[in-house]
Amino acid sequence: MKKLLGLIALFALAAAFVIPTNGPGDGLKIGDKAPDFKLKHVDGNFYSLSQLQGQVKGYIIAFTCNTCPYAVMYEERLKQLHGKYADKGFPVIAINPNDPEVKPGDSFEAMQSTYKDKEFNFLYLYDEGQKVFPSYGATKTPHMFILDKSMTVQYIGAIDDNVENAKAVKNTYVEDAIEAIMVGAKPKVTETKAVGCSIKVKPVNRHLLKKKASPTTN
Amino acid sequence: MRFCKFVLLSLFLLPLTQSAGAQTEGLADFSDLPFLVSDYAGLEHLFQQKNDTTYIINFWATWCAPCVKELPYFEQLGQQYKGQKVKVILISLDFKKQIRTRLVKFLDKKKIQSQVVVLSQPNANEWIGKVDPSWSGSIPATLVYNRQKREFYEQEFYDFAELESIVKSFIKK
Repeated sequence: MKKLLGLIALFALAAAFVIPTNGPGDGLKIGDKAPDFKLKHVDGNFYSLSQLQGQVKGYIIAFTCNTCPYAVMYEERLKQLHGKYADKGFPVIAINPNDPEVKPGDSFEAMQSTYKDKEFNFLYLYDEGQKVFPSYGATKTPHMFILDKSMTVQYIGAIDDNVENAKAVKNTYVEDAIEAIMVGAKPKVTETKAVGCSIKVKPVNRHLLKKKASPTTN
Repeated sequence: MRFCKFVLLSLFLLPLTQSAGAQTEGLADFSDLPFLVSDYAGLEHLFQQKNDTTYIINFWATWCAPCVKELPYFEQLGQQYKGQKVKVILISLDFKKQIRTRLVKFLDKKKIQSQVVVLSQPNANEWIGKVDPSWSGSIPATLVYNRQKREFYEQEFYDFAELESIVKSFIKK
C-alpha cells in the first residue's frame, strides 16, 4: 500500500513537471475551447457566449478599445464585418480589456460615448477587473479570436494585412476564416501577427500579460 | 528616330519602375530625412549582428503612449553607456503618413540622441515573427542581444533601473 502511494506520489510529481502548466498567461491556442464570460455591454446589460449558443454559428471576438490608433483605424472594418456576417450567424463581440485607471480614455463611460459617436453595430463589452483577456491570452488591441459554434478557437490574430489602407488589403484573414468555418472547413491561415497597442495594466498586474521575456539562444 | 527610341525605351522601363515603386511603397521618397525609412528586409541585419556589442532595440511609435513614456530610459542608457560596447536603436513603427509630420517633429522636440530608423511594411505578419517568434506584435517591445544571449521583452519598462538591470546582465564579464 505504501509502495502504491509512493508510486502515485512519484507519478504526480513527474506529471507536474512534464505536463505544461496552462497558466492564465499562456492563453488560447487553435483547437482550444474558449472560456465563456459574462461582461457588461455599454447599455448596462450583461452578455455571455453561452447565451448566444444555439443562435449563432460562430463568434468574432475582437479585443479592442477607444484609444489605440490601430483599434480606431479598424473600427469601420469591424462594423463592416458585423454587417456582413451577423445575419449569417457570426456576430462581432468587441471587448475592451484596458484598465481605465491606466487609460482613462477607455473607461466604461468613454466606451458608451465611442459606441454612440462611431455608431457601433456590435456588442461592446467591458472586461471589468481584467479577468477575460488573460484567459484568452490577448496581448494587444486589436486582437481577434474567431470561434466556431462549439466555441472552439479557429483563428487568432489580425483582421487583415493592411491597417493603413483598407483598399490595399491583400489578405482578409478574419473573413477568410469565417468563410471556411461557414462551409465546415478549417481556415487555411489560423494565426497571424500584427502591430497593436499593448493592453493597459497597472504595474502590479503585469503578470496578466502573456510573457515577460523569452530567452532564446543565438 | 531618336524620339522613337526614347518612346520604346520608356515603354520598356515603365512597367519596371512601376513594379519597383509598388514593392517599396514609395519608401525611397523619404531619403531626404536624417533617418532611414525601410521595409523589414532592409533592417534585418540589425537583429543579427555578430560582434562584441550589446544591442538594445526598442520598437515604438509616437502614437504609443507607454512607448513615449519609456523613451527617456533608452536615451539615458545610451548616454550612460557611451564609450562602452552598448548600442541603442529606436525602431519607429509610425504610420507612413505621419513620418514627415508627426515623427520628425517629435524627434526634434525631444532632441532624441539614439539612432532612429523607421520600419514601414504593411503586412506585419511577414516580419514580426522574424524579430522574435514569441512576439505577438504589441508595442512597446524590446530586443536585447549580443553574441552570447538574446532576450525579447513584449512589455514596457516602468523605470530606468529595470531596463538597466537587464542590460547589465548582458555586459557582465
